[in-house]
Amino acid sequence: MENDAKRFLYVNRKAPYGTIYALESLEVVLIGAAFEQNVSLAFLDDGVFQLTKGQDTQGIGVKNFSPTYRALGDYDVNKLYVEKESLEERGLSVDDLQEITYEDEDDDWEEKPSINIVSRSEMADIMANQDVVLSF
Amino acid sequence: MSTLHTVNKSPFSTQSLVSCLGHAKDGDTVLLIEDGVYGAISQSGISDAISARATEVNLCVLQPDLEARGVDAAKVVEGVNLVDYSGFVELAAKHSLTQAWL
Repeated sequence: MENDAKRFLYVNRKAPYGTIYALESLEVVLIGAAFEQNVSLAFLDDGVFQLTKGQDTQGIGVKNFSPTYRALGDYDVNKLYVEKESLEERGLSVDDLQEITYEDEDDDWEEKPSINIVSRSEMADIMANQDVVLSF
Repeated sequence: MSTLHTVNKSPFSTQSLVSCLGHAKDGDTVLLIEDGVYGAISQSGISDAISARATEVNLCVLQPDLEARGVDAAKVVEGVNLVDYSGFVELAAKHSLTQAWL
């Protein structure tokens, strides 16, 4: 990654399907990936619902975009931070989230998890340590 | 005379569900739809508020919205009934009034 790359954080705080924010965020992340910046994604508050596994939208006639999160690794987007307190407040644990991985080019393409569970104070540090924050 | 209340917002981002439960009368139905279905997850920060009304109020959740969001029916708070779209219609027909808590 070039030295002049900026640190971008996409903050996701909305549940999927009820509003268009989650899908729009994902679209912008994928478009932004072409610019080879240092990208991180934060999932907190209702945003943690975006990553739950077993989503089946057949009954509501809306596209299920949850599998797209698993493609982020192919676009060098592999830092997904999920807030532990937000999960717990919603009766969720890491086991309720889908598995998202990437292949680490600096480590013989070993498959590694993209999701990092962080505390609220760690999330605050991640947010403070950015050049650009985009909110959804 | 009874009312069907619908709640379509996540209880973790608005006060709609709490306010609805506070205003629903005994014998009413509260139906969780769209992002409102997150209110039906057990062992959350608000699940006690839900179960507290489960005897006086008929609590329901719309199954297609539950499935879309990956919420396992096994994780739904005890006493909350799953309904499909035709069940939604039946509830609307059974109650004399429908009130949406947006």
